[in-house]
Amino acid sequence: MSDHLVAIKDLCVRGKRVELLAAIKAAMADGIEAKTLMTDALIPAMSVIGEKYSKGEYFLPHMMLGARAMSEAMEAIKTELVKGTYERKAKAVVGTVAGDFHDIGKNIVKLMLEGGGYEVIDLGVDVSPERFVEVVKAESPRFVMLSALITLTMESMRGTIEALSSAGLRDKVLIGVGGAPVTQKFADEIGADFYSQDAYGCVEKCNQLLH
Amino acid sequence: MLIVGERVNASRKAIRAALEKFDAEAIAAEVRMQVAAGAHYIDVNGGTFPGREAEMLCWLVDRAQEVTDLPLCLDTSDPAALAAALPRVRGPRPMVNSINLERDRYARVLQLVLEHKAKVIALAQGEEVPASTTVLKVELASRLVDALVAAGVALDDIYVDPLVFPVATDSGSAQATIGAIGEIMARYPGVHTVCGLTNVSFGLPARKLVNRVFLAGAIAAGMDAAIIDPTDTQLMAVMYGAEAVFGRDEYCMNFLGAFQSGAIS
Repeated sequence: MSDHLVAIKDLCVRGKRVELLAAIKAAMADGIEAKTLMTDALIPAMSVIGEKYSKGEYFLPHMMLGARAMSEAMEAIKTELVKGTYERKAKAVVGTVAGDFHDIGKNIVKLMLEGGGYEVIDLGVDVSPERFVEVVKAESPRFVMLSALITLTMESMRGTIEALSSAGLRDKVLIGVGGAPVTQKFADEIGADFYSQDAYGCVEKCNQLLH
Repeated sequence: MLIVGERVNASRKAIRAALEKFDAEAIAAEVRMQVAAGAHYIDVNGGTFPGREAEMLCWLVDRAQEVTDLPLCLDTSDPAALAAALPRVRGPRPMVNSINLERDRYARVLQLVLEHKAKVIALAQGEEVPASTTVLKVELASRLVDALVAAGVALDDIYVDPLVFPVATDSGSAQATIGAIGEIMARYPGVHTVCGLTNVSFGLPARKLVNRVFLAGAIAAGMDAAIIDPTDTQLMAVMYGAEAVFGRDEYCMNFLGAFQSGAIS
């Protein structure tokens, strides 16, 4: 059994999609549960990819490839996962704030969170504070992640946090902020719960905050 | 090839530090080295301290003008900062970096461009999704150029930036930009195209190599301006080489001049 898991984890780390799907099929045929594949092979694989990226051993295309392999693998085991007792760690809403149209960083965070076992609701770019409020009300997520890539729209982060406060939702969510011009100092100033410099750090912060 | 020197940008640590201390000499040195390296415009960007962009941009404009008569390229997405900084420009006609189709900003930036007779960088920027294909880039650029011309901006004063996204996340992204440059130059004779280079290599190692190859491809497609670091001698060498090879340097005179001055070997 552990041979299967080691192989699957390794294939996911290397982004080998076709071989990965075949290995998953073989593992399931040998009676390994989808939940086990998820928790003992795929999620650890994404951590390895994240670590390699942080160390400078892996680059962005490695992350994209690994995330794609991961999402295809999850698609393949989805029906089995739903049957079992696998639960996502928590729900996270992600979006690029009002006036800002940059989506690359936000998309990487989304991929890494999904790979880390989170359910992600992606609101896209240029998301108004009202839209965040509406979705937080409807979906009751644990996390709200705000992205901004230009100084001007960093102010929209402040506005979004204020809107969540006015709506009485501030204490119900943990708010993370990120993007090239964003700093820990700015995160503190606008009352965010956390800041991360990169997507992997964001997943790590979320994991810490859940425990 | 019109060179917009990009070094005075608050996203760089050195500039950010200079802004924090209002270190005029640090800014003067950055401007001087770009002038010496052959820049035609000096880009100034003060956007790193939220709420203080107007103040920072004005300060940068003043400092740059103390050391050069070259025209400035005012780099901000904040119309208020632009409105504050434009009246301080006393040299040749400045360039505004940038305008896009976004509702509120478009009207305010356009008014300032007309009022100050500035040249303008027009971003082919999508409102809903990033314009990642040639078709989408050309469509957005056309809407913007048509609107600017209708408002009274001369084609010769418009620098279309089709934007480039990282090849690390989309392997076709640089090709989409290069395709758009060719189509825009063909569709609007007299208009200019410009692009920053650094985004193309985001997420990759050996970024400068990727930037250089992209510059050569963009020049081949007809790009006639670039927002670059003119003190990057390897990049400048690729620019001279590409202009000569792709028929953009009559009698290879710029290439030969660069050789004779020792800029290339």
